Amino acid sequence: MTPAWLRRGYMTLVALFLLAPLVVVAGVSLNEKKTLLFPPEGFSLAWYGEIFSDAGWRGALFASVGVAALSAGLAVCIALPLSWFLWRRWAPWAQIFRALGVAPFLLPPVITALGFLSFWATAGFYGAPWTAVVSHAIFFVTLPLVTLSLGFAAIDRALVEAAATMGADDRTVFRTVVVPLILPYLVSGYAFAFVLSLNEYIVAYMTVGFTLETLPIKIFNALRYGYTPTMASVTIFFVVVAAVVFGLIARFGDLPRLLGAWSAEERE
Amino acid sequence: MKRDKPRTLGDHLPLIFPAVMLVVFFVVPFGTMIAVSFFRRDPAGFYSVDFVFDNYARFLSAFFGGVLSFSLLLAAAVAVCCVVVGFPFTYFLTCRARRVQVAWLVALLSVLSLSEVIIGFAWSTLLSRTAGISNLLVAVGLLEQPVALVPNFAAVLVGMVYQALPYTILVLYPALARLDNSYLEAALTLGASPLRGFFTVIIPMLRNTIVATLIMVFVFALGAYLLPQILGRPQHWTLSVLITDQAIYQSNMPFAAAMAVFLVLISLAMVGLTLLVGGRREAGA
Repeated sequence: MTPAWLRRGYMTLVALFLLAPLVVVAGVSLNEKKTLLFPPEGFSLAWYGEIFSDAGWRGALFASVGVAALSAGLAVCIALPLSWFLWRRWAPWAQIFRALGVAPFLLPPVITALGFLSFWATAGFYGAPWTAVVSHAIFFVTLPLVTLSLGFAAIDRALVEAAATMGADDRTVFRTVVVPLILPYLVSGYAFAFVLSLNEYIVAYMTVGFTLETLPIKIFNALRYGYTPTMASVTIFFVVVAAVVFGLIARFGDLPRLLGAWSAEERE
Repeated sequence: MKRDKPRTLGDHLPLIFPAVMLVVFFVVPFGTMIAVSFFRRDPAGFYSVDFVFDNYARFLSAFFGGVLSFSLLLAAAVAVCCVVVGFPFTYFLTCRARRVQVAWLVALLSVLSLSEVIIGFAWSTLLSRTAGISNLLVAVGLLEQPVALVPNFAAVLVGMVYQALPYTILVLYPALARLDNSYLEAALTLGASPLRGFFTVIIPMLRNTIVATLIMVFVFALGAYLLPQILGRPQHWTLSVLITDQAIYQSNMPFAAAMAVFLVLISLAMVGLTLLVGGRREAGA
């Protein structure tokens, strides 16, 4: 094995690299006056209050949370029946829909964004807030699709067999066996899509950039038209939300398995 | 449980909603974009329907060639930096206790989910004159007075590595977590130093994983659309930035669409290459 000090030292360096910009931003967010100084001058949490008290930032926050909550829900509504069908039926041709669901995630995001822009412009709905919800749902459907596929793959088919032998029909099996087993995967798929939608900029900008200001769009506009420490406090707010959500997934689910590694039991 | 073929309409029912959504809101927009790439620009609206190759002909300029080669080189540099830094890191991570691994995964996912806007803002602050690391260097006495370290090429590169590193680690993680450590142990028992074992056992075993990861990070980095704008100068703009700029600020959707189609072709070629490498790994295993 590599010496422990080398391993620890290397991992600490990477941690520092990942943390450095966030530490500076956290410091900047505490400035008393409207400056972006680091180390901060004075101490004030007012810029965190600004996220909720300033009408512009509060509106952006609500817009972002609304789009994220609805689009993650719609993404799950698309992914659940699709992955159930692929698990329950023998239909190789239907794999094409899995490929379609994964494609937006593999291609550079600007392509999906431009596809939506030309589509909504042609269809005449350009700028309507609900188009952002649909666009994000399609853009992030990959995440619940992947977690649910893992969830279905983990179901012991003997359980379903047993239920069917005892006379349960598909609907009963789904409700009493399948749903309880895949619920953790469903929740984490929703959470992944929610957090990423909250942070998404380019698709939102190209579909509703001029009618609905989400938080990332608001931050970008602030970058161009004048910095304020609120940008820093919103950034820290984002980091905390993401860490809490992923922390909860790790607490109640099997994060290494969700990310594709074997879990401890399977290794035995 | 037997997986039977879907026969009746009822069997197909669950597929209908997902299929319709994906076709209407992904396949159709994609097709629309391809169609628009042959349309003509209309300064008053989005475009006027036509069938011309003008938008593609514009690729044959020195300016476009410059942007394209810069984008590809930048993405390649980011991919190499990320794998060189990320591979040893991921290896060390998988050697740690499960609790430590989970904590790291949460942190990596949190950074990965951050918006490019936020990463750009955070790095422009870190490299700025008023709040940046140059103040630290002044405090230590290495610099006379604080300087701004943005915008320049190094800032773009560092910002993009920051964005892509968590992605790289998460792509490498499953392969390294499943790695059978007995080969390395055998090498160490036979007297190889840990460093030699790492380079002569671990890296050759995972050669295909490393190549596939390089390509995936390359495609990921091709997609960066804001960092070159926030941290660089106009000569550091990539194809993705140019597409956004043409579509939104120059109102030239047909040209933007033509560039996007071109970018799709590059990405698809890369994804195909990844599958080929991955396929060889399956065959070799």
